[in-house]
Amino acid sequence: MEVGQMQRRLVDYTKSLFMEGFLDAQFLQLQQLQDESNPDFVVEVVSLFFDDSEKLLNDLTMALDQPSVDFKKVDAHVHQLKGSSSSIGAQRVKNACIAFRSFCEEQNIDATLRCLQQVKQEYYLVKNKLETMLRLEQQIVAAGGSIPMIELGF
Amino acid sequence: MNVSSVKGSMSISSSTSTWKAGDTISDQFPAGLRVLVVDDDPTCLMILEKMLIACLYKVTKCNRAETALSKLRENKNGYDIVLSDVHMPDMDGFKLLEHIGLEMDLPVIMMSADDGKKVVMKGVTHGACDYLIKPVRIEALKNIWQHVVRKRKNEWKEFEQSGSVEEGDRQPKQSDDADYSSSANEGNWKGSKKRKDEEEETDERDDTSTLKKPRVVWSVELHQQFVAAVNQLGIDKAVPKKILELMNVPGLTRENVASHLQKYRLYLRRLSGVSQHQSNLSTIISAQDPTFGSLSSLSGLDLQTLAATGQLPAQSLARLQAAGLGRATAKSGIPITLVDQRNIFSFENPKLRFGEGQQQHMTNKQQVNLLHGIPTTMEPKQLVSLRHAAQSIGNMNMQVPPHGAQSSQNNPLLMQMGQQQQQQQQQSRGQILVDSTINHAPRLSSSMGQPILSNGIATNVSSRNGIPENIRAPGYSQTPSMLNFPMNHASELPGNSFALGSTPGVSILTSKGAFQEDVNSEIKGSGGLMPSYDVFNDLDQHKLQSWELQNVGMAFDTSQHSNSLQGNLDLTQSALGQQGFSSGQMNGHNRSAAVASKAMFSTGDVKELGSAQNVNQHLNNLLVDNTIRVKSERVCDTSPANIFPDHFGQDDLMSALLKQQESVASSENEFDFDGYSMNNIPV
Repeated sequence: MEVGQMQRRLVDYTKSLFMEGFLDAQFLQLQQLQDESNPDFVVEVVSLFFDDSEKLLNDLTMALDQPSVDFKKVDAHVHQLKGSSSSIGAQRVKNACIAFRSFCEEQNIDATLRCLQQVKQEYYLVKNKLETMLRLEQQIVAAGGSIPMIELGF
Repeated sequence: MNVSSVKGSMSISSSTSTWKAGDTISDQFPAGLRVLVVDDDPTCLMILEKMLIACLYKVTKCNRAETALSKLRENKNGYDIVLSDVHMPDMDGFKLLEHIGLEMDLPVIMMSADDGKKVVMKGVTHGACDYLIKPVRIEALKNIWQHVVRKRKNEWKEFEQSGSVEEGDRQPKQSDDADYSSSANEGNWKGSKKRKDEEEETDERDDTSTLKKPRVVWSVELHQQFVAAVNQLGIDKAVPKKILELMNVPGLTRENVASHLQKYRLYLRRLSGVSQHQSNLSTIISAQDPTFGSLSSLSGLDLQTLAATGQLPAQSLARLQAAGLGRATAKSGIPITLVDQRNIFSFENPKLRFGEGQQQHMTNKQQVNLLHGIPTTMEPKQLVSLRHAAQSIGNMNMQVPPHGAQSSQNNPLLMQMGQQQQQQQQQSRGQILVDSTINHAPRLSSSMGQPILSNGIATNVSSRNGIPENIRAPGYSQTPSMLNFPMNHASELPGNSFALGSTPGVSILTSKGAFQEDVNSEIKGSGGLMPSYDVFNDLDQHKLQSWELQNVGMAFDTSQHSNSLQGNLDLTQSALGQQGFSSGQMNGHNRSAAVASKAMFSTGDVKELGSAQNVNQHLNNLLVDNTIRVKSERVCDTSPANIFPDHFGQDDLMSALLKQQESVASSENEFDFDGYSMNNIPV
């Protein structure tokens, strides 16, 4: 595939992520922060997000697995995840976290367990998408092309 | 530093281009802003850092609040603004906010993914300049410089409002200030900013930031002076202009004082919510004896607070101490906190009593149990810190109102002091001061947590028996009680009025038989700082006198029972200081108390002491403060009981006192107190 084609694919793919709500404008901000002095900024931040989130999700799973659930702790974790996902622009993850928190307040075990599943699902989805996108970018750069800036119409 | 480089160019351009070239300069202005960002979420932290760099700020990031605080403390003037997350594992963001506000007075912006009204409100009440909802957009960060400018502007305004016309080297700023009002208008702002920059650059400030005025570091001494001045004027009537005049510190501007006063007031307000009885203290404290003058500046902070708020929230004190002292000795959250305070009052520090070192001095040193009100629970190490604190505190409020007006105050010590002061001011002051210094100096060095007590106690004892020499009282007075150790009296006492603080005074009280009586009664009454006061009160007037003489002679080093007040004072001081300090935080406070007690001692005495050994001097300072206060207490004949107790739970005091007495008694024996019998210790 030649560079131009790859670039078009990338643009289409990225746009679809926005359209489908996986990513929001915050992600654009991140992309705009990337420059020559810091060409791998997005990759670094996204990797950081992945590591951090996975840890949080593990903690959440363990916390909800306790015989007596400490909802405060669960809420704290979810709050954290909400913060980082919103900073990265992972919109659907963030939304799932918001719902999660409201159930934590109610101290509803079943609902919170379901929420946890939801959050995990959204997380893995967006992780997958981001990795695909980043790989495309890498290929373009490897082929000598540049990453096209996304111009979001909405 | 970026800032400097930026500024350099800015100043150059500003100076050369007057302020027309707005573009270069205004564009540069926010650039170089030194931001400290704290967030436990690594993703957010990284993003924020990148955004801030993109805004051309100079960024330092931390993922823990403790790290952030230590960075800020290491380099107080190294940052312009702080961004902090609300939810952090090691420390609540609001707590950090408070610390920063107290200690560094930097603008702080809170951030959180939480946008609930309550949380935002909390940010407001804790003094945050702004609250950003995550995810933070770069646009939001581009404007954070406004908070720095606004703060400066407000400081200027306060400066102006304080009524002083003298702008000194700040004049240019004034005009800038006017311009700031239209800061909304970028053009104007630019102009004023440029002018300000110019001024900044041309004034030989070491401040490299165009935004910043040279930041004044509120050292312990300075703060002590400040507190003393405020006390002198009365917390309500203290205006920056007058405070500045009173302080008479070259290079200090009204603006500096104004902003510091603002912070102090906030602190006091916060404290007033803490405990009621503290207010008594505050009253007493605020009524500082004018003679003391600047006694209380530093430790005054704590004392002041107490005074102002009538409470001695140990913690706040501690914090305040730290804050006030500019993170001096006080550790963050000075342990002295309320607990210590209480201790002081409860005379729990048996350890304080006759510390190792003190013992020697104890012999015929009058144990001025000035501090019996002051819990002597200070640990030796605390003593040291107390010392520091005491010093500062000493300056603080120990200025017990000479006019015994305080009697009503819960702080028996203070009250007593006040009364005593009236009568004996001169003498007592000297005495106490001496004692405290004595206590302080020698004690501290010997890291005697308790020693102060011993000193103080020693003095008491002697005084009791008419051996005025060891008026360790200061030691007592020193105790944490916020008695404003008139550390400031440094004039009379050399330097370390801290001793006052350190002398856990309380211990002293108990230890000394002579004072014991006084102390007992007093201690019981006062519960806390008052110890010194109590002692004094009980003692006959003339005994006091003799004390004073004795105290003076008590100098630790000399371990003499000379009649020189100094000696006594020294001992007391050290004792006091030590005691006071042991309690760490309270030290600061105690010191003040001690100082206050010292203050009670006649300044004349102090002078005598002054001539004493260096140690004495040290102690003197401490002692003086303490002793003075103590004396006043004694003089007043207010029954010690009433002095302390209200706030501190008489029972506690009593028990503490008893304990102390016991310990004191035992220690005394070791010390060979002349003829001091513990029998009459009215418990």
